[in-house]
Amino acid sequence: MAKSMLIDTSKCTACRACQVACKQWNQLPAEETKFSGTYENPPRFSPVTWMKVTFREVEVGDEVRWYFGNQRCMHCSDAACALVCPVGAITHTETGAVSIDPKKCIGCNYCVGNCTFDVMGYSRRDNMAEKCTFCEDRVANGLKPACASACPTDAIIFGERSALISRAQARAKTLRANGDPRARAYGIEELDGTGMLFVLRDVPANHALPADPVVPFGARAWNYVFKPLRVLMVLGAAFGLWRNYRGTEDVKQGKSRGKQNESA
Amino acid sequence: MKLSRRSFLKLMGGAAATATLTGLNMNVTEARPQRIRVHYAKEVPTICPFCAVGCGIICHVRDGQVVNTEGDADHPVNEGTLCSKGAALFNMAFVYTDRGEIKPNPQRMQHVLYRAPGAKDWEVRDWDWALDTIAQRIHDTREATFETTDEDGVTVNRTTGIAHLGSACVTNEENYLLHKMMRGFGLINIDHCARLCHSSTVPALMNSFGRGAMTNHWIDYQHSDVLMNLGGNTAENHPVSMKWIEKARERGAKLIVVDPRFTRTAAVADLYAPIRPGTNNAFFAGLINYALENQLYHGEYVRHYTNATYLVDPEFGFDEGLFSGAETLDDGQVTYDTDSWAYQVDDEGNVRKDESLLDPNCVYQLMKAHFSRYDVATVSAITGCPEDKFREVADLFCSTGKAGLAGNVMYAMGMTQFTSAAQGIRACAILQLLLGNMGIPGGGVNAQRGESNVQGSTDMAMLYHIIPGYMPVPTASKHPTMDAYLEAEVPPSGFLVNRPKHLVSLMKAYWGDAATPENDFAFDYHPKMDDQDRSEIGIFDEMAKGNIKGLVSWAQNPAVGGSAAKQKRQAARNLDWLVSVDLFANETATFWKEPGVNPEEIDTEVFLLPAALDFERDGSIANSGRWLQWRYEAMKPPGDAKPDLWIADRLFRAVREKYREEPGVFADPILEMVWDYGEDARSDRVAMELNGYNTRTGALLQDFRSLEDDGDTACGNWLYSGYYNDEADPPTKRRTREKNGIGLHPDWSYAWPLNRRILYNRCSADPNGRPWSDEKRLLWVENGRWTGYDVPDFNTTVPARESANTPFIMLAEQQALLFSAGMVDGPFPEHYEPWESPVQNVMSDRHFNPVSTIWYPNLYAGIASDEYPYIATSYRVSEHYQTGMMTRNMPWLNEIMPGVFVEISPSLARKIGVENGDMVIISSPRGEYEAAACVTPRVKPFRVHGEEYEMVGMLWHWGYAGMSSGGIANDVTPSIGDANTTIPEYKAFLCNIRKRG
Repeated sequence: MAKSMLIDTSKCTACRACQVACKQWNQLPAEETKFSGTYENPPRFSPVTWMKVTFREVEVGDEVRWYFGNQRCMHCSDAACALVCPVGAITHTETGAVSIDPKKCIGCNYCVGNCTFDVMGYSRRDNMAEKCTFCEDRVANGLKPACASACPTDAIIFGERSALISRAQARAKTLRANGDPRARAYGIEELDGTGMLFVLRDVPANHALPADPVVPFGARAWNYVFKPLRVLMVLGAAFGLWRNYRGTEDVKQGKSRGKQNESA
Repeated sequence: MKLSRRSFLKLMGGAAATATLTGLNMNVTEARPQRIRVHYAKEVPTICPFCAVGCGIICHVRDGQVVNTEGDADHPVNEGTLCSKGAALFNMAFVYTDRGEIKPNPQRMQHVLYRAPGAKDWEVRDWDWALDTIAQRIHDTREATFETTDEDGVTVNRTTGIAHLGSACVTNEENYLLHKMMRGFGLINIDHCARLCHSSTVPALMNSFGRGAMTNHWIDYQHSDVLMNLGGNTAENHPVSMKWIEKARERGAKLIVVDPRFTRTAAVADLYAPIRPGTNNAFFAGLINYALENQLYHGEYVRHYTNATYLVDPEFGFDEGLFSGAETLDDGQVTYDTDSWAYQVDDEGNVRKDESLLDPNCVYQLMKAHFSRYDVATVSAITGCPEDKFREVADLFCSTGKAGLAGNVMYAMGMTQFTSAAQGIRACAILQLLLGNMGIPGGGVNAQRGESNVQGSTDMAMLYHIIPGYMPVPTASKHPTMDAYLEAEVPPSGFLVNRPKHLVSLMKAYWGDAATPENDFAFDYHPKMDDQDRSEIGIFDEMAKGNIKGLVSWAQNPAVGGSAAKQKRQAARNLDWLVSVDLFANETATFWKEPGVNPEEIDTEVFLLPAALDFERDGSIANSGRWLQWRYEAMKPPGDAKPDLWIADRLFRAVREKYREEPGVFADPILEMVWDYGEDARSDRVAMELNGYNTRTGALLQDFRSLEDDGDTACGNWLYSGYYNDEADPPTKRRTREKNGIGLHPDWSYAWPLNRRILYNRCSADPNGRPWSDEKRLLWVENGRWTGYDVPDFNTTVPARESANTPFIMLAEQQALLFSAGMVDGPFPEHYEPWESPVQNVMSDRHFNPVSTIWYPNLYAGIASDEYPYIATSYRVSEHYQTGMMTRNMPWLNEIMPGVFVEISPSLARKIGVENGDMVIISSPRGEYEAAACVTPRVKPFRVHGEEYEMVGMLWHWGYAGMSSGGIANDVTPSIGDANTTIPEYKAFLCNIRKRG
């Protein structure tokens, strides 16, 4: 995993340049939304909303804190979506990004249901899953991802993972010494390391992130138990079908006793 | 369906088979090099059309069409980054459908539209018809209302029947032509939205430092040690400023936010302090007192660079809220005879000074006494800021009084939009002078302008009281002749002794050969103002009385942005004709079909002319740091839309043609006006006139130092002279980043005046020419000569100790003004309550600014009562822009900020039975409107003089037009303004709020 992004929530002012830049670069249309009591919009991820800035107000005694977060595909090393995809449409690129091959996707929605961070969008019309691509096209052409290019305060930066990890840890340490005692880095170890690293000012929940992100058990089970068994299952099913067919033939021809009371 | 064992196995087998046959392991795929749409695209630089940070944007153009817009990585201010609005620029021209296809923004005006009297809808027309018809209207209205002389027999050559409003979003060249044209027609009703936003800044800063603009600039913020955002919300309204604020913080700088609510800037600040809307004057007075009492001020700086030592007339005084010289008029309003506000002078006419600063009549002692009334307890009780918080702010900010530390005050509407706003800004200026924060890197009084070219539109004087370059407008009662004008308006000392050259050169630019020494350079061709207040409030008042027949509203939207906006929409019905020039059909142009209005009752003819976007035309604009940056045309405007320059040019020519065909009242100013910018007007030709040229040879002038008062030079705006002094390499078009320096980038664009980036920079060195500290070097003496990073804003040909006496060259005193007699409401700032306030003023018997005009005494909520119990204020969100005319027609922005809301505290919500997201109705004596309620702990009630008062915070970006519509918050704001400039008190008034039943 060579390249990562570092999202420093302590530098974010929720200006949302990133959210709009993502739409602009990826040519995504706007959704219809309404004001429902929060600055956050759209409310959910979708095939045309791949990233959003989150807002959490927290009262600390007499004072208020307003924590900003940034939800998008985390490009996990241990990616639940890649794990469950039955057709292998989801793979990791050289730089560590989790990439969906639109030509292979069959729209089964397993990834949508299993994503640890609930960021996968599903397009009913195109029957495809869609999400942040880590701006593969820009990166391949020597440009920074759109969100990192747009962020005025370097709250989103793109670069070599090891450098970003050091930076995240140093920044978290500075924050802890300066009024944010629960500040931490996030994404270094989680899920074997996520392509999106964070500096959080406070607990993950206040930045709209799960405290302990894991691949769902069902996804793990599917991947480890059922996927490898699929060859056996195919052979078993084929054998079963053949036996069943033979059985029926025998019954028809009166060769097999068969249990007359057995229902088919 | 009953799933039999057999069927189940079949299904499972099928799925497994498919999976096996098509499945792959988790292997790595190679990154596919891809062609991206910016490949082979032409890169055309432009500047963002929104706020005045002036970020660079690159338009990628293929086949004559913009296919992508993103930040310009080369631009020194934003370095490729943007905010949500700038990032969404593409949406102004194009939108994406659900299918991901590009289509032109359907809301863009592509045709000339006309609405006949009483009509229910628009008709499409062509340009020729529109220009001819509008010219006819201008001609006829001018004929009907033109006065050649006034009642006193003074030649005035004006029409009061036509008004022009606009514009902060057109280029300098466009504004120049508009001002020139409107003066040519004889208009005195000229104003625009700068009146509503930073008009109070200009006299406050001019009367403190000599110029009315932001003193430092955006990148310079990185050098600050303590930054205070009071009366501003810089992370939301000037988002890219945070880039440089963060750089300062990486060095250990601290950010203080003082705001009525906890904003996105407060969210990242080191220190947040609440302040009741309308009490800035008390807050700053408290800081001044704190700095004086605790000896935190920079003594040497104050002694040399300000008028602290000046002795004032012993007759000067202050008592119970009034300064000496107060005359009370019949209606209770006060005017001041300022004779007692004068300095003591010796026999030779020189000001008497006291270097010891002990004389009770010296400015220093008078100031000390005046502000001693603002102790911490008093200030806390007035402002609602708890004492301990106030002390924290004071300790932190006043620590920058130490030589070598830079304190920076960044502000915007939260300081400017009150009846005592100009004095509040004066108080900020005084504080910064006491702390020695002026003229140094990282310091300054940073008036953050809000529109892409509002600095330019102000420089081009789209305001009734000035002409280009901040010269006072010729006024009948004061300047019946040019001699009288020069007598009154040329000071005895300071740089403005050169004013005659600026005035004569302007007249030559307007009337060329028709302006000669014999006719006082056509001084009488220029309309003369009367003594009325013709600010936006004044113009709409006249309109309501039926005195204004025609309005040109150029990229303006007063129907949503004006105070007491409903009154203004009502007044517009009295117009015979209205010309609106805009990108989209705004609420002003469609006032006749506002929901609930019967168009048949409205006879106003409306012409809606389609204009071009920022990247659909070229020209220069001025950001808040006074940088004049050139924008380039990336693509042609759609349909019949035209660049504003084209429209202005054709309009003038159409009116001139009318006057050639139909001679009328004193048409000389129109017929003889210099006007030749090409068949299709070219910005560079206008730029050359603005820059100035020799009238005999046509050669471009180097800069304003070449101006003459004998008719040899013509110059459209002396301040700008130098920006286009070389056709091959105009300074305004320069795009070279500095290699070594402190972020001034002198070869990127051109900053007025004379490319000085930090104003008053003599103050960056001590009286001997040594920098106050190594960290804050800007200009200093080395080997007997001045050297450094900036263009000196002082006389370098005299010894340092001599220029140390004149560091503020634009003032007659040439030293900064702690005591300033040029303000209409007093030489020292004083706290008065807003017109509508929860409490009586405790500082004196005068409740609110005694000099402010009360326009509508019947639309007054008084002191908080059961009828209007809550403090009301208005403000913005980052994602929308002013009246929303552009941003509410951009889907990506509507997506993230879809509807109008107000912010209230949980306690107020409980009181009125409202939950987060419920609809509410906000009301005031001016009207009411609907919005959603955002219930948030970021808004808290204020404790004022022991009682709690709740606040309602309103967003005002919505109106009935556009893709996203909503209630108009300005329907409840008061039409009352600052005593100096009539900027409306948008930010502090009273209201009521109830759940929508």
